[in-house]
This record gives sequence, structure tokens and C-alpha cells, in this order.
Amino acid sequence: MAYIDLKNDLPGIRGPMIYRPETGRILNELAEVLLHDEDNTLSRAERELIGTYVSSENDCFFCQNVHGAMAQHYFNSDMDFIDGIKKDFRSAPISPKLKALLAIAGSVQQGGKKVTPDQIDTARKLGATDREIHDTVLIAAAFCMFNRYVDGLNTWAPQDRQIYVDRAPMRAAEGYSQEGLKK
Amino acid sequence: MAYIKVPEGVPGIRSLVQFRPETGAPLYDLAQTLLRGPSPLSPAERELIAAYVSSRNNCGFCMNSHAAAARCLFGREEQVVDEVIKEKDLSSLSEKMKALLQIAGKVQQSGKSVKPEDIEAARKAGAVDQDIHDTVLIAATFSLFNRYVDGLASFTPTDPAEYAAMGERMSTHGYIFPKK
Repeated sequence: MAYIDLKNDLPGIRGPMIYRPETGRILNELAEVLLHDEDNTLSRAERELIGTYVSSENDCFFCQNVHGAMAQHYFNSDMDFIDGIKKDFRSAPISPKLKALLAIAGSVQQGGKKVTPDQIDTARKLGATDREIHDTVLIAAAFCMFNRYVDGLNTWAPQDRQIYVDRAPMRAAEGYSQEGLKK
Repeated sequence: MAYIKVPEGVPGIRSLVQFRPETGAPLYDLAQTLLRGPSPLSPAERELIAAYVSSRNNCGFCMNSHAAAARCLFGREEQVVDEVIKEKDLSSLSEKMKALLQIAGKVQQSGKSVKPEDIEAARKAGAVDQDIHDTVLIAATFSLFNRYVDGLASFTPTDPAEYAAMGERMSTHGYIFPKK
């Protein structure tokens, strides 16, 4: 049960977003630009995967399942593919550039100062642009916020992982602008 | 020097939001709403939480700028800011603020580090649901800002006078999205 009375029974981040719509609206706007906006050279699949990986490192069940299901939907893959990346992205069948970006995201998860010039050089040599590096760092940082918001208030999360998979196509079609703000 | 090509000489998060205004606008909006919008916590108390989390994340830019804003807002009680950042003498703080800073410190480590006892202690000291909500979200948001600023190695001024000027501006005008 959540630590405060959210006055609704929505799962995960949707509970506190409805409880405090002034900030909920802004968090959705941020998620929309970072993860769903089409004006980005990183695919939606890649951006969702970065969010999923950071959420997994932060051990946030709700976020890693919501965004893991989104990544699974965009990659047109199964759950094992996503779980394999969370466990060991370095040996997963994904591009070297995406691996380099996930390495940066993993450092951001530990702390901003953990990102090294070498990690940035590696990503750049594999074709990453400034904006892709920027978005990787900001997505990873944003999930360090989302994960703490969800778990710091002890919100509840459905335990059946298939529920998240079933919801993903609708979320992919609608985007995040209204996520959580509709009951 | 920053890892990406941001406007030269512009410090910290300001340079990053100018590089990517589409994400910068909601980030400034979030700072303004959380730190200046309606809340049972005063802007001074909220800036103190921000400075404390930034200090624990060792983010010099965010810590120095939000500490400067908190000093301006606390006015004659400004010494409390440095006491909190140095984590030594907290005797001038209310029991409620001590308990909320304890929660913020847990959030800085991870969401799951916050325990029912931490919430219970805050409630006993008079914190209401919205105090707890805002404390958790401010601490979580600075876990974002600190990582964004340092993860891209943005320019961090070293002259204390620059932060004093920033603090003055932040305490008077709040968070207005910077135009290029």
C-alpha cells in the first residue's frame, strides 16, 4: 500500500500523477518528448529499452515492466529478448551503438560523474550524435527520477507481467500525454 | 568541457536546456511547479531539500545554486542551509524538516530505501501527505537534475559570487526558461 493516501487505486506512477496533477502533467510531457516523439534519430524501441534497463538496475518492478513491454512491442520481440538485455546487454543481439549507449545509461544510473570520456568516445565512434548522447543521458536520468517516485512512495504494481504486455499497443498508439491522467 | 556541443560559457543545466529546448521546457516547468507552486512546504524548505540531495549526489552546480537560493529565502536564518549541507548541527531545524530530510536522503539512495519507519517519523513530527509527496518528488527530481548536469559534464563555475547572483535570481524570479 502506498505510504500516503493517493485517493485513487491506480497502479505505479499513475497513482501519484492523479494525486498531484500539476506535476503529473509535466512528467507526462517529459515522457512524451523523450520516449514517444517521432522527431528523434533514436527509435522508440531504443529509447524505451534505455528506460527499461535503468529501471531494471534501479529494481523498479512497475517501470521496468511498463517500459520493457513497450520495448518488446516496438522491437516486435518476446519477453525473453528484453529480459536477456536487462541481464547482460553486452552479449545481447543488439547493435554496438546501442550497447555503447546502454553503457552510458548504466553509468548515469550509478551517478552523473560515473560517465567517462571513454564511454562518450566509444559511442561517438559507433555513430552516436550529440543529440543521441544527450537523450540517452536524459532518459537515464529521468528514469532515476520516475523509479524513485514510484518506489519512494511505495505504490502498488500488478505482479502479472502479461498485463503490461497487453497494455503496450494502446500506450504506443496514444503516447504518454494523457497517461495516468485518465481514470 | 561538456561532452556535447552546448552554448559556450553557459553554466550547468542552462546550457543543456538551450541545447535541447523541447526537453528543457518541461524540466524548467517541473522545477518551477515543484519549488514555487502550491505546497505546504515553503520555497525555502523546498530549496533546502534540493540542495541537500544535490550535496549528497556531489553535484557542485546544483548544490551551490540551490543552496544560494535557499540562503536568500531563509534570510536571517540562512545558516541552517550550511548546517544541513555539512550534515552537522541540525538543532535549529524543526523536527518535521529533520524527518523530511531523512526521507529525501533515502530517496537519494534509491526509492526502495524509504521505509515505513521514515514515513511514520515524519507523520509524528506533523508532516501531512502532501509534505511527504513533495519531499519524495523533489528528491527524485534532483536525482534526475544532478545526473543530467554531471552526466554530460556541463560547465560548473567555481566563483562563489556567481552562485550568489544565481541564488538571488532564483529566489526572486523562480525558474523561467532561458532564451538563447
